[in-house]
Amino acid sequence: MFDKYLIVDGSLRNVGPDHAPDGFAFEAKLGYYRGLGLSMVEALDVTIDGEPVPRDAVRFDEGNGPLTLDEMETAFDRRWPFGASATITVEHRGGLAPGEHRLELSQRLRISYMPFPSINADAKTLAIS
Amino acid sequence: MVASVKRGVSLYSFQEEMFLGQMTIEDCVAFAASIGATGIEILPEQNMPSFPNIDDRQVAWWKELMVKHGTELTCYDMFLDTKVRKDRWMTDEEQIDSIRRDLILCNRLGVRNMRVLVFVRPDILERCVPYAEELDVHMGVEVHAPWHMEHAWILRTVEVADRLGTKHLGLLPDMGIFMKHYPPVYRDRFIRQGARPEVAQFIVEQHEQKIMAEYTIYEVAVKMKGNPAEVRMAEILRHQPFANPKRIRDYIPYFRHIQAKFYEMTEDDRDPTHAYDEVIPELVAGGWDGYLSSEYEGNRWIQDVQTVDSREQVRRQHRMFERLIAQAEGAR
Repeated sequence: MFDKYLIVDGSLRNVGPDHAPDGFAFEAKLGYYRGLGLSMVEALDVTIDGEPVPRDAVRFDEGNGPLTLDEMETAFDRRWPFGASATITVEHRGGLAPGEHRLELSQRLRISYMPFPSINADAKTLAIS
Repeated sequence: MVASVKRGVSLYSFQEEMFLGQMTIEDCVAFAASIGATGIEILPEQNMPSFPNIDDRQVAWWKELMVKHGTELTCYDMFLDTKVRKDRWMTDEEQIDSIRRDLILCNRLGVRNMRVLVFVRPDILERCVPYAEELDVHMGVEVHAPWHMEHAWILRTVEVADRLGTKHLGLLPDMGIFMKHYPPVYRDRFIRQGARPEVAQFIVEQHEQKIMAEYTIYEVAVKMKGNPAEVRMAEILRHQPFANPKRIRDYIPYFRHIQAKFYEMTEDDRDPTHAYDEVIPELVAGGWDGYLSSEYEGNRWIQDVQTVDSREQVRRQHRMFERLIAQAEGAR
């Protein structure tokens, strides 16, 4: 319902020391019309320039500290509020080169009243300065 | 004075602008008040970022907001995360605890109607009735398409309410069950996704004739070798019944609030999809005096090609409500 808005424009950047970045990060919103407990976010699949990122290289932080996707499964006291940006960080040796990159994000959510998982996906070309 | 149908708005209607940070809660409430919609329906899990931890200061903020704009909170849309854990479903006791948590927050906010998701088991709700009675909140099971007022699952809630003789358990109709015509915004989106116009027209005509979905799906998927957009356009018919508007009157004792679902209003204030012109006369004739609460859900069908203007859509729906209510009252 909000697919085209999931990746926040202009939010892609490298992380780590300036001279030796060890990953990249971007801001993302939850593709749902309400907030959701983090334990129900089953997957945040990231692809960068066509290359899928391993699950264990992804960290999520809605503002209360970074979690791995496995740690999110039992984060029963934390939520991703409606319309709120969270930071998704990806371990990626050397970071991303300056210029444009194709970033894809797919969210798989466990919504109790739906018989199947809710899949929400966005893809944007963002620049690293 | 004769009881009258009232006009309200669910904050669900402004999800596009709120998601994008273009409207605040107060903007939504002020807008509703500006078009004479005095009832405000809320989704705490959407509208309260710290949910479920809501302190007294936040409760006071909501109450003051209503006083400031001359509105009232009409309905609380609950959710039940039965799948909160990956390894197992919530136990019955956990489900009841979650529903009780919502009933308590309803009571603190002074909301007397709670929308219950349609998938919640009637036997779980039966065990929640004592809490609903104590807190004076009506639990209305959302009658959402493809369910309808006389679906066997819905009748199980009616049976429980009758057997207990309670006024605190019943239904909450979503007007999506009265989809008389295939929504033009659905059709146009599927065409943009690759549906051939002639196949789209075929599906629209099949629905117009009320041909059962499975026949249409087979025609499109197999005989016409439909592409993925065409098959999706046909398959969505499984979720779009057209319930008989004349029967809603029989269920008036069971509902106190209505979610007035819509996808699009035309420039001349008509809903090209839902049979409000048949439903509202039944509500008026039956003396129903609850809120018709706008639930605009068209954003997701048009946001790929145009800017969404939820305010204008809701404004047009309310002009339609005013017209249809006045006509029906004139005929009473």
